[in-house]
Amino acid sequence: MKNTLKFAASMAVVAATGASAAEITGKVKLNGEAPPAREITPIKADKMCGALHTKPVMTRTYVVGADKGLANVAVYIKAGLPAGKTYTAPATKPLIDQVGCVYEPLVSVAMVGQTIDIKNSDAFMHNVNCQAKVNKGFNFAQATAGQVNPKTFDKPELAVKLICNVHPWMSGYVHVFDHPFFAVTDKDGNFSISGDLPDGKYTVEANHLKSGVVTGEVEVKGGKATLSLELAVK
Amino acid sequence: MSKPTSASTGLFRYSLGVTLATLGLVCMGGLVTSKGVGMAVPDWPTSFGYNMFALPISTWKTGGIFDEHTHRIWASTVGLLVVFLTRWVGGAESRRTLASIGFIELTVGVGLLAFAGSNWRNEAHFLMGISAVVLLAAATPWGRSPSSSTAVRMAWMAFWTVQIQGSLGGLRVVLDQWTVAGTTGGILFGVAHGCLGQLFFALLVCLTFRLAPTWNSIRRPDAESYPKLLSRMACVLVLGQLLLGLLMRHQHAGLAIPDLPLAHGQIWPATDAASLERYSARRDGFEPITAFQIHIHMLHRLNAILTLAGVVAVFFKTRALPPETGARRMASVWFGLVCTQFTLGILTVLYDKPADIATAHVAVGSLSLSAGILTAWLCGRTNPVKAAEHVGKTSIPQMTTPAAVG
Repeated sequence: MKNTLKFAASMAVVAATGASAAEITGKVKLNGEAPPAREITPIKADKMCGALHTKPVMTRTYVVGADKGLANVAVYIKAGLPAGKTYTAPATKPLIDQVGCVYEPLVSVAMVGQTIDIKNSDAFMHNVNCQAKVNKGFNFAQATAGQVNPKTFDKPELAVKLICNVHPWMSGYVHVFDHPFFAVTDKDGNFSISGDLPDGKYTVEANHLKSGVVTGEVEVKGGKATLSLELAVK
Repeated sequence: MSKPTSASTGLFRYSLGVTLATLGLVCMGGLVTSKGVGMAVPDWPTSFGYNMFALPISTWKTGGIFDEHTHRIWASTVGLLVVFLTRWVGGAESRRTLASIGFIELTVGVGLLAFAGSNWRNEAHFLMGISAVVLLAAATPWGRSPSSSTAVRMAWMAFWTVQIQGSLGGLRVVLDQWTVAGTTGGILFGVAHGCLGQLFFALLVCLTFRLAPTWNSIRRPDAESYPKLLSRMACVLVLGQLLLGLLMRHQHAGLAIPDLPLAHGQIWPATDAASLERYSARRDGFEPITAFQIHIHMLHRLNAILTLAGVVAVFFKTRALPPETGARRMASVWFGLVCTQFTLGILTVLYDKPADIATAHVAVGSLSLSAGILTAWLCGRTNPVKAAEHVGKTSIPQMTTPAAVG
């Protein structure tokens, strides 16, 4: 009897808020033959950076994994969220690392107000020059290994570019959203968007820096949904 | 014609040295933009919080910091050299003016330090450093008479230009993120800094020529056969070309079109969305090619042809002039430089804009502008009365009158 009451109470809460833990999973594939990656030769030419690599460092324009899965694609809910609802920024802090004179990861995602840790793992100077167009940009130096500077963005903006002018081949991108329903595809193109997402229909967009965007419709039922998206080589 | 004095020869050599140092500075600036390292040192007038002359060598040697910081140190050295050039060219009469300027700069610096708070401390120190150099020049007890009034005017123009140029370079860093009408401060001040840098170099070239012991032996124009208007028009084309080039460099439009002589396989590439997407797909990286980049690039190509045609016309027009005219020789130099520049432009596109070729393109562009302005100047010197006035004022060898030379 006690357990039945507890269950009824929890169901009532879910019904009242209209939300529950949900997950949209899926894969983004690349349609077409990606051009071969090219070696970033300036890394080798730079004494300090070159010494950190034993293998050639390649461009990451298209990183294609198993079954044509495309990595480094930001996937996020484009439409369908309850109108007027505001979200609290997650407490987790995405890490953007500068390691071996390369930004890791290439593509990051964050919510407005969410703290992003920008780190220098190299034992020499990098500068982080944020070339935001909607948000306020910044440019600061990170002189020592292990230095971390927390940063936040105030407004939603896609593909905010971070560059290092000390090593001008270095660039990374951050997509900033006004909700927490986003993900970045892994090396095989898989993604998982999870959170307090009510059942219903949503438009999901996949955004690749070179291929552009593609959208798909998905219906979350019982907190689950799957979606496959395809981007073409451009 | 009197012999050049050792002082005037010394001044000429010093001016030549300053001009060559400035050419090096233009090249260094070109390299900074070519490599995209202009913001490698995010602060100014300090460098990573240090007094720029005290930056640790280990930091200076890191990646693009080397190019940007060397550019700053080099620029400061050129600034110092120009202050003393002004003092030397201006003679004893320049001491009072330099002292006044130095005193004003020192007062502003001390005022900033005292009243503007710690945020302006670095700027105050920088200004006080400049004032110290200017006051030192004023205190230098050289007693020589000023050079010709033209040279004195040019030297003072160089004095002010180098200070404005330094400030523009600093603003390019400090206001990089500032946006006005969709353009960033980095682009606005970067283009202004690049443009003024080229004009500053041309000014120093002209001053050095004016101070050259051989200047007085250059035959003045004595006939209407000198292509005054044509050479000026060609100069304007060169200046326009430099402006377009600067816009291209700062808008990263240098490789917006990768083929020659056609452009994306067309005479004038289409700039509709589908075409732009197709062009962008052909190149590495994530930055899309924009219609503005295409148009700027095409205008640069078109103006290159017009400029070449203009300079070729000046070259042939001056062939008819007597060999001892400076205009004829200078037009030949100009022609050679513009042909070199044209070739470098083609190589920049065909070799995917390597930093060394792109920088050489900037350097030869500066030389072309200087040669053009000199040619136009030599073609335009038509007033023998003024020439006689110069003879009276100058302390360098007496100028030979057109009649005597002719």
